Amino acid sequence: MTKLINRESLDQLRESLKDRAKLGEKKLISLCAGSGCGAYGTAKVYEKLKEELANHGLTDDIEVKLTGCHGFCEKGPIMVIHPEGIFYPQIKPDFVPEIVEKTLKNGELVKSLIYKDPATKKNITHEHEIPFYKLQQRVIFGSNGLIDPTSIEDYIGAGGYSALSKALFDMKPKAIIDEIKKSGLRGRGGGGFPTGIKWETCARHHGNRYVICNADEGDPGAYMDRSLLEGNPHSVVEGMIIGAIAIGSNEGYVYVRHEYPLAVTNLGKALESARSLGILGKNILGSGFDFDIHISRGGGAFVCGESTALMASLEGKPGRPRAKYVHTVAKGFRDSPSNLNNVETWANVPVIINKGADWYASIGTQHSKGTKIFSLVGKVVNTGLVEVPMGTTLRQIIFDIGGGIPKKKKFKAVQTGGPSGGCIPERFLDLPVDFDELTKVGSIMGSGGMIVMDQDTCMVDVARYFVDFLKDESCGQCNPCREGLKHMLDILTDICQGRGKEGDIEILEEIGAMMQKFALCGLGTSAPNPVLTNILYFRDEYEAHIRDKKCPAGVCKPLFHYEIDPEKCTGCTVCAKKCPKEAVSGEKKKPHAIDQNNCIKCGICYEGCKFDAIKIC
Amino acid sequence: METKTSIDWKRVDSIIEKYNRDKESLLMILQDISDMYNYVPPEVIPVLVKKLGVRESLIYSVATFYKTISLKPRGKYILSVCTGTACHVRGAEKIMDALHSELNIAEGETSEDRLFTLLGVRCIGCCASGPVMNVNHDTHGGLDRSSALKLIEEYRQQAS
Repeated sequence: MTKLINRESLDQLRESLKDRAKLGEKKLISLCAGSGCGAYGTAKVYEKLKEELANHGLTDDIEVKLTGCHGFCEKGPIMVIHPEGIFYPQIKPDFVPEIVEKTLKNGELVKSLIYKDPATKKNITHEHEIPFYKLQQRVIFGSNGLIDPTSIEDYIGAGGYSALSKALFDMKPKAIIDEIKKSGLRGRGGGGFPTGIKWETCARHHGNRYVICNADEGDPGAYMDRSLLEGNPHSVVEGMIIGAIAIGSNEGYVYVRHEYPLAVTNLGKALESARSLGILGKNILGSGFDFDIHISRGGGAFVCGESTALMASLEGKPGRPRAKYVHTVAKGFRDSPSNLNNVETWANVPVIINKGADWYASIGTQHSKGTKIFSLVGKVVNTGLVEVPMGTTLRQIIFDIGGGIPKKKKFKAVQTGGPSGGCIPERFLDLPVDFDELTKVGSIMGSGGMIVMDQDTCMVDVARYFVDFLKDESCGQCNPCREGLKHMLDILTDICQGRGKEGDIEILEEIGAMMQKFALCGLGTSAPNPVLTNILYFRDEYEAHIRDKKCPAGVCKPLFHYEIDPEKCTGCTVCAKKCPKEAVSGEKKKPHAIDQNNCIKCGICYEGCKFDAIKIC
Repeated sequence: METKTSIDWKRVDSIIEKYNRDKESLLMILQDISDMYNYVPPEVIPVLVKKLGVRESLIYSVATFYKTISLKPRGKYILSVCTGTACHVRGAEKIMDALHSELNIAEGETSEDRLFTLLGVRCIGCCASGPVMNVNHDTHGGLDRSSALKLIEEYRQQAS
């Protein structure tokens, strides 16, 4: 690639790419190669597609693009045929010949493959008409389905790096910071700290300043950062370069999880191509400004998402946090001023510079501006990544976009904010989601995980799950976190196994309050949140476990058993056939019964019964 | 069952050089070595001490702090069952139970034939496809008890 020596050469390149796209008028198949679709087998579909296109001599007429995450991960692997936007979900290699034959050659739809809306049972042909997409506002995530993340030309052609030109040649560093401040952008990693103020403070401190991207996405159930880095790495790189200009930094780091191999690869390619075009490195676009970015791979420690721990890890040490009397913007990585923002925060920056702070601030609520990407997962029909304006209600996200709860089950709670957040019950479903509203009900926005729970989720088990997770992830330096979590886990395990006693709930509350006050870092002070909000909203479930020795959701094995309701059982024999322990018996077309001595409570019969005849007792 | 790993010192050297013998890259060097052998053979530690100029105690504290690094030999296939929240509410435990009884090993252990190591890992970010499991770097989604066992069979056949 020829180096771009000034902004004009970048503009010329962009123009030529636009022309190429227009002149080509090729049909384009975009095939999602994000980690979600990949897990369902995109690679095999891609191979088959290439083979079929070659067989029909269509290779030169039809372009196949492996893109990043489209968001509707539940339906993966996803194929979208442009320019029409025909949406084929859950594609298997066997379906490919028919798609090539009918849709690509003859322009007909393959009716059996079209998306069917589970709510209305109607077929929906085009991607943009599907309720899951229609109700979103995809400002940050929109390009993911259109560009090949490994091609810098794709990004530039779509308008990429124009915000960088503007920041480099039309704006002073202070003006960039002012614009970010005015936009109202707050940190997307969980803290919600105003980004512009962080930049301004860092820029005020002297020394070798560092710009760092936190891609140590650790909240279980959240994967928007992974999808952004995999699907549109240049947007993060562009954001970081603009941040570096504003703060006055010449060196940046992306700290990314080793467990995200595709994100590491795609980011690596993005950096390399940006360097070879002169967008990264010495004398960026001939401006005289130098900035380069390195990748550092984290090693699987949740605590490394905490700023001081992350910086210790960057230095090649164990990622243990320190007390923050001196903030990292003053002394962080290598004891120098360090500005750390999360992946999604960085990806917001080019949008703000391009479209202006006023436009950006017109989206969202009074104190939470812009859009937010949520990972809508768990017991919800349409799982995937959802980008909505701040202030959208939980009900809109879970029911209108998410399609509600599968198998006609009842909604119980939504967990937000990961292990530092909490479970929000049904009565708050009309809550507008922003930083402050979620805090008011005892949870937090966090990085945007939204795990939906239904009637079959035991809230005591959920609390035990989070504490078990955090106990493993605690770095062990301070007593409140290390010992507090251990004791909480012991008590919660006892409750789940039928050994709970009166007073346990109060002890949990007391330990929680102590940890909130005295733990060393953010992980420790927020660690009791899942337990405390859980007790606040679902105390009756705790009491059922402790007093009645019952798990109403049928999760804690010693506290329930399955029974067959003879009134409802039709004797279809499905449960008897599926039972791995042969614990179900009965004659065909007559009510069956479960032998409690043989039953291992695996739940296969409960999940498999179409007549709702298996009861949790 | 402990067999001494024969170490490809040339490759270890090239990994160290790739990171310019940089102390701050210690974790990544350990990860790359781990990708070769599925664990970090203790024999490499004195070499790292010398070439990176770091204390042995630092290497041990880094290697034991981060979960992706193991100092004990692991199986050819590392089964990382995601235990993130989304997978948890969709039944990750049942996958774990099924693998546990099929392979007759507990979490963190390696099967006697040194083929499989069973791990419960934190969220791997494929939440919509849950329950998911990584086999080395390959992700398999939408699992249930029977598809997980089928997968094990496939890897067994691949190895034989």
